[in-house]
Amino acid sequence: MSAVIELKDVHKSFGLVEVLKGVSLSVARGEAIAVIGRSGSGKSTALRCVNRLETIQSGEITVCGHPVHDPRLDVRKLRLDVGIVFQSYNLFPHLTVEENIMLAPVTVKKLRKAQARDLTAEALARVGLAEKAQAYPEQLSGGQQQRVAIARSLAMQPQVMLFDEVTSALDPELTGEVLRVMEDLAKGGMTMLVVTHEMGFARRVADRIVYMHQGRVWEVGDGTMLANPQTPELRAFMSHDL
Amino acid sequence: MKYKFDFGALVEYWPQLLDGALVTLEMTAISTVSGLAFGTLVAIGRRSHNRALSRLCGAYVETVRNTPFLIQLFFIYFGLASAGLRLPVFVAAVIAMVFNVAAYTAEIVRAGMDATPRGQLEAADSLGMSTPQIYWHIVLRPALERVYPALTAQYILMMLATSVTSQISVEELTGIANNVQSNTFRSFETFIVVAVIYLVLTLILKLAFWLLGLALFTRRRRLGTSL
Repeated sequence: MSAVIELKDVHKSFGLVEVLKGVSLSVARGEAIAVIGRSGSGKSTALRCVNRLETIQSGEITVCGHPVHDPRLDVRKLRLDVGIVFQSYNLFPHLTVEENIMLAPVTVKKLRKAQARDLTAEALARVGLAEKAQAYPEQLSGGQQQRVAIARSLAMQPQVMLFDEVTSALDPELTGEVLRVMEDLAKGGMTMLVVTHEMGFARRVADRIVYMHQGRVWEVGDGTMLANPQTPELRAFMSHDL
Repeated sequence: MKYKFDFGALVEYWPQLLDGALVTLEMTAISTVSGLAFGTLVAIGRRSHNRALSRLCGAYVETVRNTPFLIQLFFIYFGLASAGLRLPVFVAAVIAMVFNVAAYTAEIVRAGMDATPRGQLEAADSLGMSTPQIYWHIVLRPALERVYPALTAQYILMMLATSVTSQISVEELTGIANNVQSNTFRSFETFIVVAVIYLVLTLILKLAFWLLGLALFTRRRRLGTSL
């Protein structure tokens, strides 16, 4: 099994605060990994290091063959293989849903407009928002905006998708509609790294769950791990999950 | 106060006044377009990570905004002439106006650019867009939409400031008005008429900017909300 994402002893500090203290993790193609842990455990930072939104101090990160730790890396090539969805959606407010999704395929991949439009329609259909192509972000609910953000990433046809607490700003109903889209993606064989507080989703959808604590990978296991924590820290963490 | 108004004396000068108004509009149009382009480049320069470039742009903006327009005009027309570069008055006036309005444009556009949420830059970055692409699609376009009212107000002020260029005898509206009143000795009437013409020009300009705004900012036109 060849790894699509490989982190080896990754260290990352913000100033004097070390947030990642030697993180190692290997993700195989088609795997969906849920990363859980309390706020400040370094899980979001680890995710952002994977597509070089953050640079690391030491260690190695390889993603789809790109040496992410290498300062000479062509970051834009890496970004073509890695999609990311954020907690705050980050749609472009001045563009319609369709324009949001088409922008990168047209400007970055130099696709023809017609071709990009087809790709957009396909991506929108996958997230169940085909009828919203001409709407503007502010006309959509949070859940719909987040699904558009997923479609925008999908339209670039990445090999890996990163999700950074994408449902944390949503109410349970909207969370559900976003998680269903992500579940479909996982079933479709997308390689996914999902930082989340949704324990149900982690348990049900993830092939493996990574529990991070104080900048380290503390425990790794499958869906049953949450019911049988091996470490006191995960047990304490899960005791808050009602 | 006994004053008998006599607007009849101005009738024969009407075509000249209209020509003057056209020159004013022409100067305004040229300096609006060039000032926007140049000012935007200065704003980008000022936000650059290159310290020297950023400081240079900052120095330019501060110098222009803290000296009188008339002095800038004299500097470009008389100053350059004594250094051996004689510019036609119209050209000197337009250069001075672009030089002046670009500094104000730069500050307004910069404010609009700085208001881009960081997350949108990260999203664009993560989609593989290059820095110029991000600047054009994600930073500049919404920035212009955000600051459009402030920007157009600035260009209307500039249109009124063209009157200053009559000091180097540009034959725009105020320059013509000076000639007319010294020929007719009807200063009161002349400046009333000229003030009304300026008012009409301002209204025309406002209307033009409003229509341009509708054409440029589709989202705003459709939703009626601000970014």
